[in-house]
Amino acid sequence: MASQQQKVQAYQVPWSDPVLGAGHDFESVTAGIGDVVLEQRHPKGWWVGFGIGFILLNVFMMAVTWLFVEGTGIWGVNNPVGWAFAIINFVWWIGIGHAGTLISAILLLLNQDWRTSINRFAEAMTLFAVVCAGLFPVIHTGRPWLAFWLFPFPSTMELWPNFRSPLVWDVFAVATYATVSLLFWFVGLIPDFATLRDRAKSIVPKKIFGILALGWRGSTLHWDRYEEAYLLLAGLSTPLVVSVHSVVSLDFAISLIPGWHATIFPPYFVAGAVYAGFAMVLTIAIPLRIGYNMKDFITDRHLDLMGRVMLATGLFVDYGYATEAFMSWYSANNYETFMMTNRMGGPSGWAYWALILCNFAAIQPLWLKSVRSSATALFIVAMFVNLGMWLERYVIVVTSLQHDYMPSAWGIYYPTMWDVMTFVGTIGLFVTLIFLFIRFLPVISIFEMRTLVPGAELKEGARH
Amino acid sequence: MHAATQSTFGVMAEFETPDQFVAALRKTRAAGYTKFDGYSPMPVHGASEAMGLPKNPVGLMVLIGGIVGGLSGFALATYVSVVAYPINIGGRPLFSWPAFIPPIFETTVLFAALTAVFGMLAINGLPLPYHPVWNVPGFARASTDRFFVCIEAADPKFEVASVKSFLSGLGPRSVSEVAA
Repeated sequence: MASQQQKVQAYQVPWSDPVLGAGHDFESVTAGIGDVVLEQRHPKGWWVGFGIGFILLNVFMMAVTWLFVEGTGIWGVNNPVGWAFAIINFVWWIGIGHAGTLISAILLLLNQDWRTSINRFAEAMTLFAVVCAGLFPVIHTGRPWLAFWLFPFPSTMELWPNFRSPLVWDVFAVATYATVSLLFWFVGLIPDFATLRDRAKSIVPKKIFGILALGWRGSTLHWDRYEEAYLLLAGLSTPLVVSVHSVVSLDFAISLIPGWHATIFPPYFVAGAVYAGFAMVLTIAIPLRIGYNMKDFITDRHLDLMGRVMLATGLFVDYGYATEAFMSWYSANNYETFMMTNRMGGPSGWAYWALILCNFAAIQPLWLKSVRSSATALFIVAMFVNLGMWLERYVIVVTSLQHDYMPSAWGIYYPTMWDVMTFVGTIGLFVTLIFLFIRFLPVISIFEMRTLVPGAELKEGARH
Repeated sequence: MHAATQSTFGVMAEFETPDQFVAALRKTRAAGYTKFDGYSPMPVHGASEAMGLPKNPVGLMVLIGGIVGGLSGFALATYVSVVAYPINIGGRPLFSWPAFIPPIFETTVLFAALTAVFGMLAINGLPLPYHPVWNVPGFARASTDRFFVCIEAADPKFEVASVKSFLSGLGPRSVSEVAA
């Protein structure tokens, strides 16, 4: 009997950790998050981080300026590898974005209150990742000023996009995803803008937040409709996020290249996206909670739960790798079999094994509670995952295209410095946007944190 | 009292806890007032029920938005593929609707989401640059830690003195008249 009780207690331990540190009330939650924006002087670390991001952003500006002057010939792409860094980076970034939507939408629908303190910056991360992702198809056109040709519109050329092409589906999917992510994020910010408007002491922030708050006054009638709209947006975002990465995977799967033409691609890509995204959330959350002393809001329980999600989705991805290897053998198709042996032992074999190291071996320590409860260990694992998911796309895109059917048409892809600068540059863009967001907007949803404060839930008697 | 009604938006009471707030809303409704509203720093569950709000129309609006979006996507893909730019690829049918499903799905979600956000703002009358409730001293805390109930002058039962004494009976921190 006693041992059974102990068992029950042991099982409950991870769930009994609070999602909000003790001793908080409405005022302290509001001040703890909102005043970072309004008052607190920003630590030196902010300037360092922003500075690094801004320098890398300038690298990006140089790389794309030269690209626009010279054309895509400055990149390493050529036949047979016509898609390389641009699509790798596109898929990598858009995948990172998906965890933000998952956290804010699916966890909201599942009533997981631990999402509250991480959903805002996860949504911001989504938005900025989609910005970085969206740049790649546009600059890959080589003539970005004509990128609007991607959309269907009655032009004087009487040309229309082909609705049977996954590349056109991709335009619809990514454009919708960017729009809905922006709306979701902005709607979540409206009540917090009102808080900042009411708390701002100087006139400029008061005016700016006043405009952004749209006249929000916390009316019960408004909250009623607001919550319904927010919940519906979450419900809409959930299938959307699945559809977006499925469509991205169809860019590959609908073609006939061995290594791309596989039905496992949509679910395997979606799992990979969530996995990569959680790694990026951890990459941002761990320094953030130290730098801004927000351990009460982003607690050890959050890190533990995110570690679990990362492990679970990582195992889905590993299942995808195993399926690819199995199917290439089971298909008894020469080209499929060759694709897999070439992927493992060919000229880019190093990338495959590095990917297995990052996405399979490096996540196994997450089975241990001690690893999931150590911020440093989680940060290191997350870094492996960030790298591993980039390598995954590199392996899929580059090794498949290098050696497809006819040996006379094979080739090897080497990136140029412009490829690398463009990629590193988008990391700069992302970092710059994240630091600006931390400086100028509340990184945690204040009004949702208030609902976690003791006393926010009605007492039983008052309900009836 | 008529003069007061014209320059007054209503009478507002300030509460400290969600419990008092919801109880006040319920009692206000029970007392027969119809034009009143609560103001709180976060959604308080139970407040809508206490106020007796009817089911809001957001869900229906989003459903209609989604249906319109889906039909628009279908119409666009069909028009482009069949009428505007028919491409004969080995005699395959022009009206290849299964290939249109992904973009149709996306336009459905897009229209539904736009309806959810802009529809919600529209029926809430936002954006709104000015509202009388902001005239109440201390109302700024409605976005931090205070809860307010305002009975409006538009209420047929409204009469400043009686409303003030009614609200004072609910145990508020303070009661004040809201200038229009």
